[in-house]
Order: sequence, then structure tokens, then C-alpha cells
Amino acid sequence: MTKGAAERDVVVRIRGLINAFGDTVVHDHLDLDLYRGEILGVVGASGTGKSVLLRTIVGLTTPRAGTIEVFGQEIAHASARARLATQLRWGVLFQDGALFSAQTVAQNIQVPLRRYTSMSQHLMDEIAALKINLVGLPPDTAGKFPAELSGGMRKRAGLARALALDPELLFLDEPTAGLDPISATHFDELIRGLQKSLGLTVFLVTHDIDTLRATCDRIAVLLDKSIRSGTIASLIKDPNPWIQEYFSGVRGRAALAEG
Amino acid sequence: MKHKTLLSRARIPATLSIEHGPTLHVVAAGDWVISEVARLDGQLAKLSAAAALKATIDARQITHLDTAGSWLLLRTQSALEQEGLPRPELLVPSHYADLLAKVSDGLAFHGAVSGRKGPWLYAFLERIGRETTRILAQGYQIVGFLGQISLETTEAILTPQRALPWPALTTQIEDCGLTALPILGLLAFLLGIVIAYQGAGQLKRFGAEIYTVNLLGVAVLREIGGLIAAIIVAGRSGSAFTAQIGTMRVNDEIDAMQTMGLNVVEILVLPRVLALLIVLPLLTLYADVMGLFGGYIMTYSDLGLTFPAFLTQLQSAVTLSTLMVGLIKAPVFAAIIGLVGCFEGLRVERNAESVGRLTTRSVVEAVFLVIVFDAGFSILFSVLRF
Repeated sequence: MTKGAAERDVVVRIRGLINAFGDTVVHDHLDLDLYRGEILGVVGASGTGKSVLLRTIVGLTTPRAGTIEVFGQEIAHASARARLATQLRWGVLFQDGALFSAQTVAQNIQVPLRRYTSMSQHLMDEIAALKINLVGLPPDTAGKFPAELSGGMRKRAGLARALALDPELLFLDEPTAGLDPISATHFDELIRGLQKSLGLTVFLVTHDIDTLRATCDRIAVLLDKSIRSGTIASLIKDPNPWIQEYFSGVRGRAALAEG
Repeated sequence: MKHKTLLSRARIPATLSIEHGPTLHVVAAGDWVISEVARLDGQLAKLSAAAALKATIDARQITHLDTAGSWLLLRTQSALEQEGLPRPELLVPSHYADLLAKVSDGLAFHGAVSGRKGPWLYAFLERIGRETTRILAQGYQIVGFLGQISLETTEAILTPQRALPWPALTTQIEDCGLTALPILGLLAFLLGIVIAYQGAGQLKRFGAEIYTVNLLGVAVLREIGGLIAAIIVAGRSGSAFTAQIGTMRVNDEIDAMQTMGLNVVEILVLPRVLALLIVLPLLTLYADVMGLFGGYIMTYSDLGLTFPAFLTQLQSAVTLSTLMVGLIKAPVFAAIIGLVGCFEGLRVERNAESVGRLTTRSVVEAVFLVIVFDAGFSILFSVLRF
């Protein structure tokens, strides 16, 4: 972490986080900062708790110990109202989109709009069409049900719903998992483009080294109960065997060589 | 409505002022963000080009802009152009130019679609047609399925090297039969009480309360015992069959079995249907006993009938064929429940939602068919004077 970075506006501040299920400790005194306007990629071997970390930040999992502040607000001890107000400032994209299957894509996007704004139905339809266009889906997607969409389209539709309330902070859980390389590249470009034009801060959990290279400003590597963070260039010099293997493996080398 | 106040993004309230004249000036200022757009949308609805020859949209005073606010600006620009004015100039702070470009990129300004809507009559007729074809197609498929099962069963019995799946069969017998005993016993007992109570109440008025035992015996043995057993089993086991097989379908387990050359019907369907064929007659007999016992408790407390007197009266009222009429229906009900449960399970699509939908459907269909067949049996037996 550079000196300059420490003075930047911190959006998510994690200190001393401990997550454990029964006797299995997943996170042991974990510290992590997410700065405004950056895309942070979180990587790690299976079982190091990448998704658990994301779920803990957004409040789906209660940590055993430690503090998590989002926008300076500690979620665990906040009043219900303060907690909800913070929740409205972030959007979450789950792995397969997690769209409500009984509703069309447009209705999915309008769920938060209907609950938290007093827009007319006409305006909500317009906003839904806008979000659908924003994530690069064709206009007729609005009237389709999630089951009628391909996996890649479901992810985009899920992203459109996550963006419904114009959040400042976006959580993405393995956005490119299960996509073909071309769709994955397009999705990376989409995230980068949206981050730049909407000024988003992005917390991105991934396995995909191409995604890391193409989109992330900084990377956090979850190791066995510890964490390292930095740019790809700085992490490559880290002697940790897992990090070395991750970045210097065949896939890693190929991806880095392109960049 | 208190939720609507939670979303307060605007530090400076958004404002909109409109100056009419030869040049229409639309001036936007403040935070044009999602929590403000509902209000702004109402104000913009009144905007019209009227006598203006050209228009400008000055949004340079905007302090904060998001995609929803951008939409309103872009839509206003497009709407004024639609009214015949030259395309109005849209001025925004330079750091929002990127956002506006991103939002307007490839966007259609008209014809936003939100869902599938049509005249309700069409939707209604379409639905009737859809359901009718679905039911007919399903009836056809389920008969095919029955044929397939019969074939597999005969093959399994006739081919010595292909033994019946005994472990699966015993597990299913335990799951469908043994574990159903407490709930079935309780319900049959309660129904026995209810029938005896109602019967005694009516028959007392004729001084014929002793015939409560006849009513109880015939009703429980011929109809109630078998029906309640079948309904409980449909609810417990038929639904479980659909859910288990359906979940395997969602997890691609069925596909995996097929690629290994395993016979899905033999492995999954056969043990379940056979288990029900064995278990349901036994459960029916058990329900009969519990129902009669419940009825006896009621006649004892209401009419003061002793147990020997109850048995004597029961013996004069029912014969072995009364019991057999009830028991003979059980294998048919078992086949219906097992077939429908497995059939719906195999029809589950590869999403979790269809598991729930088809599980509900399997129970409803099984109970429906059981009662329809029961009515059919009643007619058949009355024709045969059985």
C-alpha cells in the first residue's frame, strides 16, 4: 500500500475480520480497504473465503469478530434505518444474476424503483429500458423472463438490476464465471466502461486472471487465512508460493503477456 | 411509504426553470439524481415548445448527475426535437459529458416495453387453450409412461440376472410406509370419531343408534380408510418423489445416469412405485383398524356400548368383502400416486422454480385422480352388486 493511497477516500474499511464456521476458520484477522473510484479484484484458491468476504461486507453473513465500515457506517451495529440507507448506496450482482424468476427483466429492475421512489410507471419503464441499454442488452429483453435468457444475458440483466438505484458501490461475485472468453472479455469491458462513466467503486470477486488484468486497479489475494493486496506488478514480486504459481502458471503468463 | 424517504441522494434539491419566448430556455440546477427524478418528471410533463422557434437546455448549474437524471435531460432534448424544433443544445458540466454519452449510446427514446400485455380476453382465451392442450398432452404422456413402467417391471421380473433394486426398495418402503404410521393413525382415528359422532347424532332420533356401528364399519372399511391413506401418501410420498427426482434433474444427475447407460426408470421409478404398491394396502388396513378404534371410543362414550357389543354389531354389519372392497382399491391408488409423482419429477426443467411448481402439481393431480378412480370404483361395485 502506497502512502498516497492511505489518504484516499475509503469506501469499505475492514479491520480484524474473523469468519469461522464451526472449527473452520476462514478469515483470521483480515484487514482490507476499498478506495473510492477503484476496481478491486479479490482472488484466492477455492475455500479461502472470497464469496464469504463479499457476503460478510453486504451483511448476509455475520462475522465472528472484527469491524466492517461501509461509507463510514458500521453495518453490524447500525440501526435498521441507517443500515437500509447504506444498502441503497450499493448494488450486488450475484453469480447467476439472481433475478426474480417470476418477473420479467424490466419488472426485476423496477423492484427497487417501485419500493424506494415515487416514479410513475411510465418513467420506471423508461428507466428500465435505459439500464437494459446501459448493460448492452437488446431492448426486447425488457419483456423476457429470466428463464428465456442465456447465462451471459442473465448476468447483464442482474447487473442492470444492481444499477437500478444508481449505486456508488458495486459488488460483483465472479461476473465472468461460466462465460465463454469472448463474452467474458465483453463483460470486462462493460464493467470498466460503466465504472468510468458512472464513477463507480467496484469490489469484484473472480477467478479469471484476464478479468484482473483488464479491469482491476488493485488486487487482493486471499491466502490461507491472510491477505495481500497491491497492483499486479507489485504482487508478482511477492514470494508467496500460491501467488507465484497463480501469476506464473501457464494461464497466468499468457494473460499477463498480452497486457 | 416511509421507505420512499430513505433514498435521499440529493444534497442540493434539483430545480427546473423554464423561460418561454422565441427561444425556450430550460435551465436545470442542483442534484439531478434518482431520488429527485419522480418530481422532475412531473414538472417536465408540462413542458411544451408552444410558440418557441428554438430551445436550449442549460444544465451547467447541475451539481450532481446520475443515469436517471441524465435520462430526463436526454429525453427532454429528444421530445423538443420531436415537436419540430431544431435539436436543442444540451449543456452540461464537462465532467458529466462521459456519463451522458454512455447513457445515450444506442438508446431508443420511444417505445419502452415493460412486460407482456394484451387485451385481457385474448390472454384469457390463450390460457384456456394452453391449459387444454397441456392436459391432453400430459394424459397421453402419462399413459406412455405407464406402459414403459409395466415393460420395465416385467423385464426385471423375467430376467434373472437383473435383480430388483432391493436396497432402494426397502428404503422406500420405510420412507413411505413406516414413517407415515403416526400421522395416518392419528388422522384415521379422528375420522372414526367424527363419523361415529355424526352417525350417532342422526340415528339417535330414530332410536337406531346401534346402527352407528354399521355406518362406521361400512364407511371406514369401504371408503374412508383407503382414501385417507391414499391422500396422506400422496401428500407425503408423491410430493417427495417429485421433489427428489426433480432435484436430481436440476443437478444434472439424471443426465449423468443416462450417459452411464443406467436406466432411469429402473433405478428411480421402479423402487418407488413398487414400494407404494406394497405399502399402501398395508397402510389402508392400518387406517381401517385405527378408524374403527376411533369409532369405538366414540360409541363407547356417547352410547355406552361395550367392546363385545361393538364387535358383535360390527360382525353383523360387515363381511370380508366389505374389507376387500377397500383393500382392492389400494394398489390402484398406489400406482396412480407413484406414477404421477415420478412422472412429474422427470418433467422438471433445469431450474429450481419448476421443482416447486411440479411438486404442487403432482400432489394435486394424484389426489384428484385418486378420488376420480374411487368414484369409478363405486360405480363399478354397484353395477357388480359387490
